[in-house]
Amino acid sequence: MFAPRPERSATVEVFVDGAAVRVPAGASAAAAVLLAGAPLIRETPISGAPRLPYCMIGVCFDCLAEIDGIANRQACMVPVTAGMRVAPQRGARVAFPA
Amino acid sequence: MSLDLAIIGAGPAGMAAAVEAADLGLSVAVIDENPAPGGQVFRNLEAAAGDPALRGDFAAGLPLVRAFRASRIDYRPSTTLWHLDPEAGLLSVAAGGAATEIAAGRVLLATGAQERPVPIPGWTLPGVMTAGAAQTLLKTAGAVPAGRTVLAGQGPLLLLLAAQLIRAGVPPALLLETTPEGRLALAWNTASLLGGAPLLAKGLGLLAATRRIPRIRAAAGLRAEGDGRVERVLWDGGSAACDTLLLHEGVVPATHIPLAIGLAHDWDPVQRCWRPRVDDCGATSEARVAIAGDGAGIGGWEVAVASGRLAAVDAARRVGRLTAEGFARRADPLRASRRAKLALRPFLDALYAPPDWVLAPPDDATLVCRCEEVTAGQVRAAARLGATGPNQLKAYLRAGMGPCQGRLCGATLAALIAETRNTSLEAVGTLRPRAPYKPLTVAELAKG
Repeated sequence: MFAPRPERSATVEVFVDGAAVRVPAGASAAAAVLLAGAPLIRETPISGAPRLPYCMIGVCFDCLAEIDGIANRQACMVPVTAGMRVAPQRGARVAFPA
Repeated sequence: MSLDLAIIGAGPAGMAAAVEAADLGLSVAVIDENPAPGGQVFRNLEAAAGDPALRGDFAAGLPLVRAFRASRIDYRPSTTLWHLDPEAGLLSVAAGGAATEIAAGRVLLATGAQERPVPIPGWTLPGVMTAGAAQTLLKTAGAVPAGRTVLAGQGPLLLLLAAQLIRAGVPPALLLETTPEGRLALAWNTASLLGGAPLLAKGLGLLAATRRIPRIRAAAGLRAEGDGRVERVLWDGGSAACDTLLLHEGVVPATHIPLAIGLAHDWDPVQRCWRPRVDDCGATSEARVAIAGDGAGIGGWEVAVASGRLAAVDAARRVGRLTAEGFARRADPLRASRRAKLALRPFLDALYAPPDWVLAPPDDATLVCRCEEVTAGQVRAAARLGATGPNQLKAYLRAGMGPCQGRLCGATLAALIAETRNTSLEAVGTLRPRAPYKPLTVAELAKG
């Protein structure tokens, strides 16, 4: 869980797993997930374990999420935009949803 | 049309190289995955320079960022390199949902460093992150961990983050220092502390600024526990409750792309990591490719600036923009500057060398490949069965074959194999990553 500070104004509204959260411009989708207090950003394809972002610089791929309908995106590398929808990625990406 | 120089990465080395090369009349493109220049150390600097939690060295990068913005450079932010043909100098990049190519006579990799993995039991629990991750959140979002935060590990970045969190009004509850006993005495003997005095003074300042944080020294046997997220950290002889656990054992060169294009690398026994083999201007074993900055060996941002400029001057010499005299006139002071900025490095390397349990986790239950969820015990068993190196290990366990492509587990896999087979890291070798370096969609390819 991360908290905002008054030194940066939270001006961009995004939706994390459906819930609205306001974050500063320049923040990443992964930062929005942490600021929203979400319990996880993905469930692993192997054991279904919950994960949250680990490295925040594009190395670890533990922040893979579905952003605006596109799965398998590194949420730490995607800056927020107004109205962005970030959903946890559960298991492996499904190429052709039924 | 082919450019004179394509630079990958807009951190200190990439920015400095771009400014210098453009000044010398070269045509330059800089591609960078991030939305703004700065790399990790100066991430989001233009927007965040005024944040009081980040005061100090952070703003020192502003002149460089401004010079970079003012230069005649084809700067492409939010652009990802997913393939590089080193012989043709051809970059395949993805940006804005489409794949394109860039051709260049010379390619400079300025892709910097990553934090060394700290594989302890429980490090995959939500709430366990790297210290660098928390700093990135502070720089980009002004965000700080809520609740009880424990910092565990060692190195300048860990202390810097501790000081920044204090300034941000959220002092860490505990600092678990993993530096083994006796290291300081060893480190004093390494080198010229006189030359490193300015940096040493900064370090002492950080120690003073963080002196009120409760400390456990020479901590070992670290593990994180919790139900669905981290709730406590344990070490040999103690435990503490925490909401966020931030790990750090220093940084290592990001060798993903250098290894993928087959550059020669050497094991650095001092920094305990692989580094690409470069000459003093960053030239590698591939004729068209150079490396500058922490990607060629950890030195910090000021060393990266000097090495980036050196690589640019060398690029200009190679295309005939500089005579031998002109080259020497520019290169000599840059070499001297780099030497001066490296003065304290032997001391830091000796003091903060990662303990063996960080490189090869002793507890067999530790997950070492976070993507494919492979444990240290599984890797040891495969090594006993006959896996001689991390590439062969893939066939046994899929370790290193998940989305991160071994960026995080590669070093640990190799160390576990070397330990089990009682051989050297050189003999075990490294993973050989493949393109695409980052995932891209078929739609992006189709739009190219």
